[in-house]
Amino acid sequence: MTALSTHVLAPAAGGLLRSLAAAGAPIKAPSIDYKGLSPLLIVFAVALVGVGVEAFAPPRLRRPLQIPLAMGGFIAALVAVVLLHSRRQIIAVGAVALDGPALFLEGSILILAMGALLLLAERSTDSTGGALVASPAALPGSPEAGALLLSRETTTEAYPLMVFSVGGMMLFAASNTLLVMFVALEILSLPLYLMAGLARRRRLVSQEAAMKYFLLGAFASAFFVYGLALLYGFAGSVQLSAIHDAVAQTGKNDTYLFLGMALLTVGLLFKIGAVPFHAWTPDVYQGSPTPVTAFMASGTKVAAFGALLRVFYVAFGTSRWDWRPFMWVIAILTMVVGAVLAITQSDVKRMLAYSSIAHAGFILVGVTAANNDGLAGSLFYLLTYGLTIIGAFAVVGLVRDGAGEANHLARWAGLGKRAPFIAGSFAFFLFAMAGIPLTSGFIGKFAIFSAAISGHALGLVVVAVVTSAVTAFFYARVVVLMFFTEPAADGPTVALPSGYTAGALGLGLASTLVLGVLPGSVLDLAHNAAQFVR
Amino acid sequence: MTFAAPGGFPWLTVLGAIPLLGALLLALIPAGRDEFVKRLALAVSLVVLGFAVAMSLAYDTHKAGFQFVENHSWIRQFGVHYALGADGIALVLIDLVAVLTPVVVLASWRDADPSADGVTGVLRNRFGLGSVRAFFALLLSLETMLVGVFGATDIFLFYVFFEAMLIPMYFLIGSFGGPQRSYASMKFLLYSLFGGLLMLAAVIGLYVASAHELGHGTFALAQLTKLHLSHQVQDALFLGFFIAFAIKAPLWPFHTWLPDAGAESPIGAAVLLVGVLDKVGTFGFIRYCIPLFPAASKTFAPYVIALAVVGVIYGALVAMAQRDLKRLVSYTSVAHFGFIAMGVFAFTSQGGTGAVLYMVNHGLSTGALFLVVGFLVARSGSRNIDDHGGLAKPAPLLGGAFLLAGLSSLALPGLSTFVSEFLVLVGTFTRYGAAAIVATTGIVLAALYVLIAYQRTMQGPLKAGLEAVKDLSAREVFVIAPVLTLIVVLGFYPKPLLDVITPSVQATYQLAHRGDPAPVAASPPPLAAGAQK
Repeated sequence: MTALSTHVLAPAAGGLLRSLAAAGAPIKAPSIDYKGLSPLLIVFAVALVGVGVEAFAPPRLRRPLQIPLAMGGFIAALVAVVLLHSRRQIIAVGAVALDGPALFLEGSILILAMGALLLLAERSTDSTGGALVASPAALPGSPEAGALLLSRETTTEAYPLMVFSVGGMMLFAASNTLLVMFVALEILSLPLYLMAGLARRRRLVSQEAAMKYFLLGAFASAFFVYGLALLYGFAGSVQLSAIHDAVAQTGKNDTYLFLGMALLTVGLLFKIGAVPFHAWTPDVYQGSPTPVTAFMASGTKVAAFGALLRVFYVAFGTSRWDWRPFMWVIAILTMVVGAVLAITQSDVKRMLAYSSIAHAGFILVGVTAANNDGLAGSLFYLLTYGLTIIGAFAVVGLVRDGAGEANHLARWAGLGKRAPFIAGSFAFFLFAMAGIPLTSGFIGKFAIFSAAISGHALGLVVVAVVTSAVTAFFYARVVVLMFFTEPAADGPTVALPSGYTAGALGLGLASTLVLGVLPGSVLDLAHNAAQFVR
Repeated sequence: MTFAAPGGFPWLTVLGAIPLLGALLLALIPAGRDEFVKRLALAVSLVVLGFAVAMSLAYDTHKAGFQFVENHSWIRQFGVHYALGADGIALVLIDLVAVLTPVVVLASWRDADPSADGVTGVLRNRFGLGSVRAFFALLLSLETMLVGVFGATDIFLFYVFFEAMLIPMYFLIGSFGGPQRSYASMKFLLYSLFGGLLMLAAVIGLYVASAHELGHGTFALAQLTKLHLSHQVQDALFLGFFIAFAIKAPLWPFHTWLPDAGAESPIGAAVLLVGVLDKVGTFGFIRYCIPLFPAASKTFAPYVIALAVVGVIYGALVAMAQRDLKRLVSYTSVAHFGFIAMGVFAFTSQGGTGAVLYMVNHGLSTGALFLVVGFLVARSGSRNIDDHGGLAKPAPLLGGAFLLAGLSSLALPGLSTFVSEFLVLVGTFTRYGAAAIVATTGIVLAALYVLIAYQRTMQGPLKAGLEAVKDLSAREVFVIAPVLTLIVVLGFYPKPLLDVITPSVQATYQLAHRGDPAPVAASPPPLAAGAQK
């Protein structure tokens, strides 16, 4: 029993452990590698300090304190990740992995979070003071809510919420037991459910998004936990390596394994927005405040794919012949449905949502390759796609009219005439997502497709290639709208960005171009990182 | 494939870098200095031309294989190299780019003038990037990519240029084209992207195959041509490359985007699109399909020849039925691309040499036709043949230019196109007699569509409303005269080009282990020879 409890519960329930120890023989306290955990610890500490700021600092000081605090935390955590770059081991009593993929993904999440934070901090584009509403509980349509629309007040709780979520994302990608993974899933999700409902304008849509995301997310979490329980029944442990060993043994009852694997996968596929678990994506992307959408589209995707990769490569690596056909089907469905439905969209955020579904499908192609090249390609793709999509959402946040963001695509007609630089940037991001050479999107696609072909998945790559052509159609259609169409008389204006949005946009542009022309160093990082520890 | 040792002066890099730098410079010039922009663009394109001439003089015709070789590691993780080099085939096509670009810049002089809006429908400078400097910056960046696409000897690098060059052309058509420009630019982009992505799958397949055989993946043409691929793999990869090139070229039945793109492009872009950019497709046949997949090329050659012959007849027939002058020229190109593909896949050195020469000549002759049509449309404001008539009287120079360009399109003896068409037909006849005979009727049809168009626009009574039409201006003469001169000179003296092209074509076919068939008369059947003993 004690052996089991250290195995299963130690990371989550230290108190229980101590009470058990008091009852029986003395148990040595587990040694925790605090240095190895330092990126996570820094982020969570900053989040807690952020909560303290909300509680004690006067309102006018909160924003000036929260932004540098969060940014400083991300930078410090990134430095910690860099300092740990050569470590390859399991730490914290088997709970957290410190290996190449974990460090690469943690670094990616931190960089993407910095970009998203810059967008969140922007308040000069909207004359009323930012994308977030001051009091989200006000009833939409009530006089109170109307006053809020015009007030200069804003929410600063979003910053610690975001930092918590970033911590959850990092832990999600690094957790080595399913239990910690579940805890991380909740830490990353709960703040996002709240943040989805914070949009200053279109309050009802925003609240609907939050509600939908919460309900479906809770449902997915339930699937995850049920799968976890069945896998525990199968392997007698929630450690990924123990599950791996149990899979390798013959004579076990496979029913639990496959049922558990399926249910667990449902939970993970929900988070990455894979078909048929994608239905929430367009509504939530559309309703959330644009900076939050950018954060979800980049960070959540990286974290969820990190967890998916770890589960499938570490725990289920030896049974890949069982799950690969299943993942093939999911990948094909995700690419095709995402690309085809994106064609019919008339809202830019919904279009980007469906396009992100199609891109999840592309990354799944790399996952199904089930080799180191596939892993390295997926890591590279996740980082570059995240940076590109942050840039794209930065542009979405800038194109505005009297009612806030002008998200209807028809309103973007002739934008190239009004704001050639902004429209040109958006076109560049779209071409990157379409995989045109000299952008990071092309290198990412190339890395993933070549891994899949060397993993004998030629058919999958042909589908992916045809889907890429379909995605190019709706990306190019936006370019046609912006550049080849007559501007509408009362078209939207492009807000002059402050340094925040300009920084995020610059980050997106520079990374998309540089990683498309000289991707060598980051490819090296991804290749060196592409080995899980068990 | 033989390659000279890398090192020496980086001719191709510099040649590609000059227009790119020019394009960046143009983009930095503040708005409102349009005259300066045009002059700078012309100067840059002339510098490139001078440089290309110098490079051609430095090319050693006595050496087969690739010269001006450059090789630097680019993306080490994938084994990608920045590798350039030119054999005779690439050299003549790069020269074609260098010749046509200044012509196009000069031809677009007025088109790019915002005040010249209205009747021309050629360039309506109202939208988006639609500024004069954007137009010329896009033209020059296109030139860079064309140099790169012909000069690349690393398939990854080739693919990068192959796809990236779509973007400037997409903007040239979409921002500066005719009334249907959105539709045409979209169609152009999607067709090309679809083909390009199939090719990407094939490129990756080839890379993975090279990794299996060599132990390390490579994109270097020199190594890939030495691979031992199984027949099934060759067939699959061949199709991936072939469809991309057939769309680009375009070969029947992949051609439907060309009439739209050709008709809606501004004249300058149309010249570059049909004259040079589409040549990447036929260039790809001979540079990539045949050396990389010799067995598959042999398997598919009869089918390709069949498509090509259909294209020759179909393109000519449809061209005859066109009322829109720009669509007419586009359809004639479908027929001409049929001839080129036929020559390439006939696997004879005459056919191949003829096809490469045809690529150059077609660039000149179709370029000339598009330019003349552009002059015509600028005067009458209409692309419809029926709106013209009797124009040779008020504008004899224009009429003469039209006639000469048209005659070169129908391959009149004495003009350069005759040499290439003759070579292609002779080269095809020795292997595919029936196909050559059917394709020959295409020449008759070509005479019909050219002469009918000429007759209806230039001869007969002068159409009402066109009395005030002026003849070619000095600038327009400067635009068209060099092209027509080249057509005539190369018609009488094609030797310099043939000297450059022939060894490279022969080397390519040797890679495919397929020499010329022996002449029929010189090879008595072995049985008969034995019987005589």
